Amino acid sequence: MAKADLSVTLAGVRLKNPIVPVSGTFGFGEEYGQFFDIERLGAFCAKGLTLRPRVGNPPPRIAETPMGMLNSVGLQNPGVDAFLEREWPRLQGLDLPVIANISGDTPAEYAAMCEKLSGAGVDMIEVNVSCPNVKAGGLAYGTKPELAAEVTKEAKDHAGGTPVMVKLSPNVTDITEIAKAVEGAGADAVSLINTLRGMRIDLNTRRPILKRNTGGMSGPAVLPVALRMVWEVHNAVKLPILGMGGVTNAETAVEMLLAGATAVGMGSALFADPMAAVKTVDGLADWCAAHGTTPKELTGGVLPWA
Amino acid sequence: MPIQHLCTIVDKTPLGADTYWMQLECGDMVEQTFQAPGQFIHIACPPHFLRRPISVATCQSDTPDDGVSIVFQVRGEGTRWLAERSEGETLDVLGLLGNGFAMDPVGRYLLAGGGIGVPPLYGCAQYAGGRAVAVLGFRSQAQVIMPQLFADACENVFLCTDDGSLGFHGFVHQKVEEILCKDRDFTAVLACGPKLMLRGVAEVAAKYGLPCQVSMEERMACGVGACLGCAIPMADGTMKHVCKDGPVFDASEVDWNG
Ligand SMILES: Cc1cc2nc3c(=O)[nH]c(=O)nc-3n(C[C@H](O)[C@H](O)[C@H](O)COP(=O)(O)OP(=O)(O)OC[C@H]3O[C@@H](n4cnc5c(N)ncnc54)[C@H](O)[C@@H]3O)c2cc1C
Ligand SMILES: Cc1cc2nc3c(=O)[nH]c(=O)nc-3n(C[C@H](O)[C@H](O)[C@H](O)COP(=O)(O)O)c2cc1C
Ligand code: FES
Repeated sequence: MAKADLSVTLAGVRLKNPIVPVSGTFGFGEEYGQFFDIERLGAFCAKGLTLRPRVGNPPPRIAETPMGMLNSVGLQNPGVDAFLEREWPRLQGLDLPVIANISGDTPAEYAAMCEKLSGAGVDMIEVNVSCPNVKAGGLAYGTKPELAAEVTKEAKDHAGGTPVMVKLSPNVTDITEIAKAVEGAGADAVSLINTLRGMRIDLNTRRPILKRNTGGMSGPAVLPVALRMVWEVHNAVKLPILGMGGVTNAETAVEMLLAGATAVGMGSALFADPMAAVKTVDGLADWCAAHGTTPKELTGGVLPWA
Repeated sequence: MPIQHLCTIVDKTPLGADTYWMQLECGDMVEQTFQAPGQFIHIACPPHFLRRPISVATCQSDTPDDGVSIVFQVRGEGTRWLAERSEGETLDVLGLLGNGFAMDPVGRYLLAGGGIGVPPLYGCAQYAGGRAVAVLGFRSQAQVIMPQLFADACENVFLCTDDGSLGFHGFVHQKVEEILCKDRDFTAVLACGPKLMLRGVAEVAAKYGLPCQVSMEERMACGVGACLGCAIPMADGTMKHVCKDGPVFDASEVDWNG
């Protein structure tokens, strides 16, 4: 069996394979590096950054759901300057593209972060306009096409030549409207889906399990929603897509590629199995070899019924 | 560096109505990752999506396989699944995770445990080579676990029950204070149990000028510091993470109102 070429190009950045741990589930790459060589991955999205440090939400921040989970971490992070000072020197030396993920309360904050990150030389900037766990800014930008476009343009204008990928919220009526708006504003790629808003309640106390009452849902349970949205966005825009939401193994990664993704994100799956992402890289290689295909060829290859 | 290992269950013994002792064969997990008593393991309970964190009660490096013993109480679906496993079955385990109790091997310790927080202190008693006094609290006599093991591993053991059905009638921190009134010759107080109990014990220890370490709980996803899910607030306004920075913290760091 010939070895399949797993490499893909996402917004001009070459990934040796399409598997990318997603923002907020992989820290700054250090923790899971204890279990496997992270250079085996296609790239990784670092924990969401804000201009200034944030302590995040009060606990509990995690609740289990049937085949999934809720989180309300609330963008806890050390701030973009601390990231560049403490984490970037280590990451810069890796044979692995690093995608910085940013959230802001104003377009000016997105602009300031883009300048700092592109100046330092990160491989790509993922503009999060869709975090459901912060009060101001974030979600509003992701749910209104004009605002999403404004933030995208601001990011592009200040990112130099660094590719800008916009992360879309599934908590909207029509995700293609937002995708078209950010395409029009110059985005180089889109990533989707961020988490779906959800809630769980403790029967004994009648309290929501999460201290913030609601949180963002992820994990295998959201896969069908993610596939549907990736497929819709693939049909609506020309931008490459980092598709994510509920992917756990090679088979679900192939589904995500077929729906229209160029690269495939994995997050919550790693909490269940730290080796899930590297197992998926290996499984994808086997699957492609067995079927005489490549990830590039699979992208958008679903054969919808007429 | 934590290890993922398929561990074989070599012993499962009920310690009461809904509490179990389980011994696992863990490859070289203890040899590779043991730091101190009070670390935990993160156990997959399929089909439930998230792993369940359970403290190590005691462990030893051994050939051909290291041994890790846990004691758990059935609280919900995952621990019920765990209770239904049989000897010979395997568990997908991450371990040993976190930082345990910082102990001086020649120190003398006052151990304060409540309910299902009692088991990890057994490892502390062993580590202290018997130079430990244990105060173990339970709701009532029916819930008391591991009294003989502690009696064998400690200088002295005081059992407390909330309803007075056995031993001291009252809370663990009250008994701790009674002891410290007469004998302050301890390196530190080590505590594990419900948050209210930990807070009470921490206050008493501070009053008598003794260092106090507490083992905290929070809901977890990754268990290794990557998701920031298990944050607890610190007295200085920052967050720390139970899985990576803990589960054991210096009592003076913790924001007890958080
Ligand atoms: C560091 C640490 C050490 C622990 N050590 C022990 C031990 O030695 N023995 C023991 O019996 N229990 C221990 N616990 C508590 C144990 O993790 C929970 O009782 C268990 O996760 C409940 O799972 P469940 O599926 O039965 O309950 P469910 O309510 O069905 O669980 C639903 C979700 O909530 C989480 N959850 C519920 N209660 C807790 C809790 N108290 N702490 C953390 N997560 C929770 C579960 O992990 C799961 O993700 C420890 C917890 C932590 C954080
Ligand atoms: C604990 C946790 C933290 C997250 N933090 C971020 C974040 O900081 N920025 C972001 O854009 N997305 C964040 N996400 C969303 C994920 O990147 C991803 O979109 C989502 O989890 C769906 O993928 P999955 O089902 O593979 O986990 C977070 C998700 C989880 C579970
Ligand atoms: S559980 Fe993920 S950081 Fe602690």
